[in-house]
Amino acid sequence: MTDTNMDGPATPQRKNSLMAPDARTKQRNAAEARFKAYGIIAILIGVFFLVVLAASILRNGLPAFTQTVVELEFTLTEEQYNDAESKVLKTAAYKEFLVTAFRENLSERGVEVPFDESAIDRIVGQAGNTLRTYFRANEDQLGQPVTFSLGASSRVDGYFKGRVTREDLSNSRFLNAEDLDIVDVLADVGIMKQQFNWTFVTGKDAGVDNPGGAGIGASVIGSFFMMLVVLMLALPIGVAASIYLEEFAPKNRWTDLIEVNISNLAAVPSIVFGILGLAVFIQLAGLPQSAPLVGGLVLTLMTLPTIIISTRASLKAVPPSIRSAALGVGASKMQSVFHHVLPLAMPGILTGTIIGLAQALGETAPLLLIGMVGFVAREYPDGIVSGFTDANSAMPAQIYTWAARADQAFYEKAWGGIIVLLVFLLAMNVLAIILRRRFERRW
Amino acid sequence: MSYLKISASAFALAAVSATAVAAQSRDNVQIAGSSTVLPYASIVAEAYGANTDFPTPVVESGGSSAGLARFCEGVGENTVDIANASRAIRESEIETCAANGVEDIIEVRIGYDGIVFASQINGPEFTAFEATDWFNALAAELPVDGAMVANPNTTWADVNADLPAVEIAAFIPGTKHGTREVFEENVLRVGCEVSGAMEAMVATGMSEDDAEDACIAVRADGASVDIDGDYTETLARIESNPDGLGVFGLSFYENNTDKLKVATMGGVAPNTDTISSGEYPVSRPLFFYVKKAHIGVIPGLKEYASFFVSDEIAGPNGPLANYGLVSDPELAATQEKVANETTMSEEM
Repeated sequence: MTDTNMDGPATPQRKNSLMAPDARTKQRNAAEARFKAYGIIAILIGVFFLVVLAASILRNGLPAFTQTVVELEFTLTEEQYNDAESKVLKTAAYKEFLVTAFRENLSERGVEVPFDESAIDRIVGQAGNTLRTYFRANEDQLGQPVTFSLGASSRVDGYFKGRVTREDLSNSRFLNAEDLDIVDVLADVGIMKQQFNWTFVTGKDAGVDNPGGAGIGASVIGSFFMMLVVLMLALPIGVAASIYLEEFAPKNRWTDLIEVNISNLAAVPSIVFGILGLAVFIQLAGLPQSAPLVGGLVLTLMTLPTIIISTRASLKAVPPSIRSAALGVGASKMQSVFHHVLPLAMPGILTGTIIGLAQALGETAPLLLIGMVGFVAREYPDGIVSGFTDANSAMPAQIYTWAARADQAFYEKAWGGIIVLLVFLLAMNVLAIILRRRFERRW
Repeated sequence: MSYLKISASAFALAAVSATAVAAQSRDNVQIAGSSTVLPYASIVAEAYGANTDFPTPVVESGGSSAGLARFCEGVGENTVDIANASRAIRESEIETCAANGVEDIIEVRIGYDGIVFASQINGPEFTAFEATDWFNALAAELPVDGAMVANPNTTWADVNADLPAVEIAAFIPGTKHGTREVFEENVLRVGCEVSGAMEAMVATGMSEDDAEDACIAVRADGASVDIDGDYTETLARIESNPDGLGVFGLSFYENNTDKLKVATMGGVAPNTDTISSGEYPVSRPLFFYVKKAHIGVIPGLKEYASFFVSDEIAGPNGPLANYGLVSDPELAATQEKVANETTMSEEM
């Protein structure tokens, strides 16, 4: 404390004890307290937005996991089945059977509700495909009573979930307020009820007139295979490149140039990689369109810089004494790297890889040009090779497609898809944390 | 050491699978194009997958122009088989196609789509429009006293005293959409001609062509916003702006009648009847274009085309009409055309 430059009376001698803070100490303590408060406020702001985001995702998305179904028991004769099979639009032929089934099920329960055939069309969604698929697979069930849970149409589903009110229907062509009277009766007698929506979790995309039949399952598989390609290619290439650049490469103009370019590549907009993918992988190499393999290759290009940069950083973080010690006891350069440096850098490499994969998992833009965004509703792949090569969508692409559709039911599904995407991401992160724990070494 | 082995085997695996894949032929129909046709195409594709033994076709969107550009890239399995379009193919696109070896194109008209003008359901009373209203509200420059001046109208009441006195805020499709072209031709140009602005423009010494261009030039001062995304984006803009007016497809509006109210155009309310009779002035045909060279090479391509235009699908009681497509009265001729694989050059 040198206050000699001050004029006037000298600073008063410290009168109180060291235990009682003087004015300047108080000032410093106050500054520290303020800084802590700023920090807490910053965290609170972050937490607030996180809570708002999570709450709105859950609020909008959770309804997608339940579905209103119509539970009907009915018998289809072989004659009726063959009659339906003879038509061009076989799935539409089941509509009249449904009307009869409705009448029978209602009279069985002793309820009399007048309704016309077109009302059934508006209440039950596109049920034909479910029925046809079932009877094609189980022809022995023809002529026997079978109970089906058929998805209700999107507006009836919305009515059960509170998304659609009677007032909303005043001008609608797809459902009348009178239809809801029938729906109320059906719900009362237990023909209509809500249940967990397995179709959404396991199914594939459906046409815009069939939101009840749309699911995200197939695109989860698509994303999974893409991530597999990215992991298999980006990790070895990225790690090999970083080890060479960090441990072996001479420091000269060329390596500097490569380094600058890798950093630049990390900042390239992802759509550019999509254009490259279309030109190189599809048009030049002749790989199939809309295939997870191509999607994975494109995303690999996008992920490589992230992995290289983080791997180099974690290699740099390994203390030089480890390398010197290894070399000192007679290890070759390669032995020192692979036996000592790389295992120590592994946790950092894994973190970088997971960040890269998570980024790749959420990308839609590069997939736009290689045909994975749009209406891709293929069956589940029947093997590993077809998983890579058969047309498929990816989760973010599916969510984007649903969000753009006119029917509000798809909007709900888009939010539901976000939940599935986040769960997938969470699973990936948990796996990374477990692996990191196992590899982690302290010294 | 094991790491090197892993990376080496990963490379080998990738190389092997890549060659195996390249040798494998495509078994599904690949479609790209208009986002207006996409909903209809998705209905047909799903039904096609469910009703036939062929795999479900893949339908990409991205706009008519983008789709036709990909269509015209050439012939071969790594190009698309069908382009969806919300406008007819242009002469320049046919030339590009021919230059790349795509010479035989089958044009298939699937039906008509209405373009409607809608606003927030609780917003100002936008109930009736004339084409001239839209022209005077959106034109970049208007002829005033023999000279072209920047559009002075700021509220709809400035344009037409019967309209609400709220600021002009129109959300119209961007230039990459086929819908924009129809909007320009059937609304702005018609409004320009009917209001006499076109004559006035020619009178100021403009050439006929320049006057036509000036008719469809949209103001860029913020009163009109180009929407490059889908109708959902337009809907979101309308929901956040009570005075906003949007341009939608009929089927999109019908799916969102709880949020939107539609205005009449020229005194006619848009619905499937007025559109198919031609009374409602703003409608356009929707098409898809088939690469004839791919028929017989890509399994299920011709079957898809005939399935699409069959009475059960595209007819007046089919699922497409149910969703909002105005079915084509001349569907039978189209069916015949698909059956005979009549190309565009043979039609002429």
